[in-house]
Amino acid sequence: MLRYTLRRLILLVPVLVGLSLLVFTISNVLPGDPVKLAAGPQATQSEIDSLTRELGMDRSLPVRYWTYVSGLVRGDWGQSVLTRRPVWDDLKIYLPATLELVIAALALAVVVGIPAGLMSAVYANRWPDYLSRVVSLGAISMPRFFLGLILQLVFAMWLGWLPLGGRYPIIDEPPPKLTGFLTIDALASGDGTAFLVALQHLMLPAFAMSLSPLATITRMMRATTLEVLQQDYVLTERALGLSQRLIIFKYVLKNAMSASLTVIGLYVGWLLGGTVLVETVFDWPGVGLYATKAIVTQDFMPVMGVTLAIGTIFILANLVVDLLYGLLNPKVLYR
Amino acid sequence: MSALVERGPASKLGSRWTNWRRGLYRFRQSWLSVIGLAIVVVLLVAAISGPWIGINTGSRFKPPSSAFPFGTNELGQDVFSLVIAGTRVSLLAGLAVVVVAAVVGTTVGAIAGYLGGWIDDALMRFTDLMLTLPSLILAMAIAAALGPGVPNMVFAISMSWWPGFARLVRGEVMAKKEEVYVQAARAIGAGTPRIIVRHILPNIVSPVIVKMSLDMGFAILTVASLGFVGIGVKPPTPEWGSLLSIARGYLPDYWWTAIFPGCAIFLAVFGFNLLGDGLRDVMDPRARR
Repeated sequence: MLRYTLRRLILLVPVLVGLSLLVFTISNVLPGDPVKLAAGPQATQSEIDSLTRELGMDRSLPVRYWTYVSGLVRGDWGQSVLTRRPVWDDLKIYLPATLELVIAALALAVVVGIPAGLMSAVYANRWPDYLSRVVSLGAISMPRFFLGLILQLVFAMWLGWLPLGGRYPIIDEPPPKLTGFLTIDALASGDGTAFLVALQHLMLPAFAMSLSPLATITRMMRATTLEVLQQDYVLTERALGLSQRLIIFKYVLKNAMSASLTVIGLYVGWLLGGTVLVETVFDWPGVGLYATKAIVTQDFMPVMGVTLAIGTIFILANLVVDLLYGLLNPKVLYR
Repeated sequence: MSALVERGPASKLGSRWTNWRRGLYRFRQSWLSVIGLAIVVVLLVAAISGPWIGINTGSRFKPPSSAFPFGTNELGQDVFSLVIAGTRVSLLAGLAVVVVAAVVGTTVGAIAGYLGGWIDDALMRFTDLMLTLPSLILAMAIAAALGPGVPNMVFAISMSWWPGFARLVRGEVMAKKEEVYVQAARAIGAGTPRIIVRHILPNIVSPVIVKMSLDMGFAILTVASLGFVGIGVKPPTPEWGSLLSIARGYLPDYWWTAIFPGCAIFLAVFGFNLLGDGLRDVMDPRARR
């Protein structure tokens, strides 16, 4: 297990190098002139030339790639033209917001999706099954940004129960920064009201994000549970007179869950990239909104930074899932 | 005893007809796929009839009524006719994304799967890396750099879409290249391009078509997403996502300007997803649960 983990960690290096090379290539192949953009519309030719030298854009591509990558390792992810701040500092602010949203959405999807899929399979072809199947088919097709708008319309505008958007009221002082996750920071500082306020802001966007993974997890869980229920050992347990509840919760659940886990790992990356839409709707100050603003103004460095960060988290999440898979399912052999 | 010997169909045409009838029967078995087909037919009719309806205008921000079933927007345009006109944009763009992605993905996947060796390794590592990139952000970045317009947007989305097809086709090609008919073709001296195009590709068409139909809904969704963020299709082209994004500013008072384009996106994605599921059951019965 330890050797396997180490080997996987070493194998990460070429993958990450490939990722950085790919991101660098794409951003250099695309049309658009970052120098002209940074210099501003009124810049003279000589100003542009001096800025080109300053930004190192006059050097060859391999040299620039090397400069970029060695910068990445040192924590220098370039400057944002738009915010006039280092990309790394921006990411440190925006990434926790996005991660909080994604983790909340995934938690919701797992907490509801696993039991829903299990119920669907146990009551196969009866009404709980039909209900969860039709709902999950609809949920997969529901655009997250449209769902977000409806939630805003109903819960924030018409009923006035929850805030319209943002992460925390602008006029209030947020809880002292510890993890960057406002809900956890509020709890850590023992501030109950701050926790509630942060949670109220989190609820609608997290729900809008969670619907699609929820539906996928439900469908996946239903399929795997149906498969597990066919196994000989379940029949044996039934023959031995074990109660339905014990069979389902002790034996079936664990076996069916390991397959759904893989889906959850894949979803981490998908959700991170997909927060763009929900963040736009709810004005959630995360990497998605940051990337969108940068893309619209052709500000390359933040776009590269966000893409790299999300790609890296995606690769790491899959590694973690692979390792967890073995803990849940001892039959998996590590070689 | 001789009655039990399975006899082949009398003619090639006969066998094809039987296959179609069986497929149709399997398709009709699931009412969800029939609903999906119905939705898609309605969308197709809307897309074809769109130009004849045109875009009606009236006074600004009229709530839904018999004259304007979906109400009117901030310019006094009839939301119903905008939604109908948007169907054509969304369906064509979604189809184009899926077709371009399938062509690129099939080319990469077929070359990798057939040639194997280091070419396979290189192409597939590249494909895997592409899959780790956040596809929506990648598509947004490419579309923004290329500038507004439907063709640019289609290209941008396809560039993040092809890896799925490449992986699928590579697997299928690797399975098919050991078949006897491929060996026979090779023995007569057929070249690699000919073997791939004439002998292998026709035999892996059905999983590719199934994936195309399953992806169609999500392609439409991605097109609408880009429109919603304000990248890709720009007004006055009536695109569902951009209609929704403009209407956002007029909530909650003029809710109808947002709800109906949103429902159109949902309905289109839902319809194509149901149809795709149904087609998969027909064309690839092994994948059935």
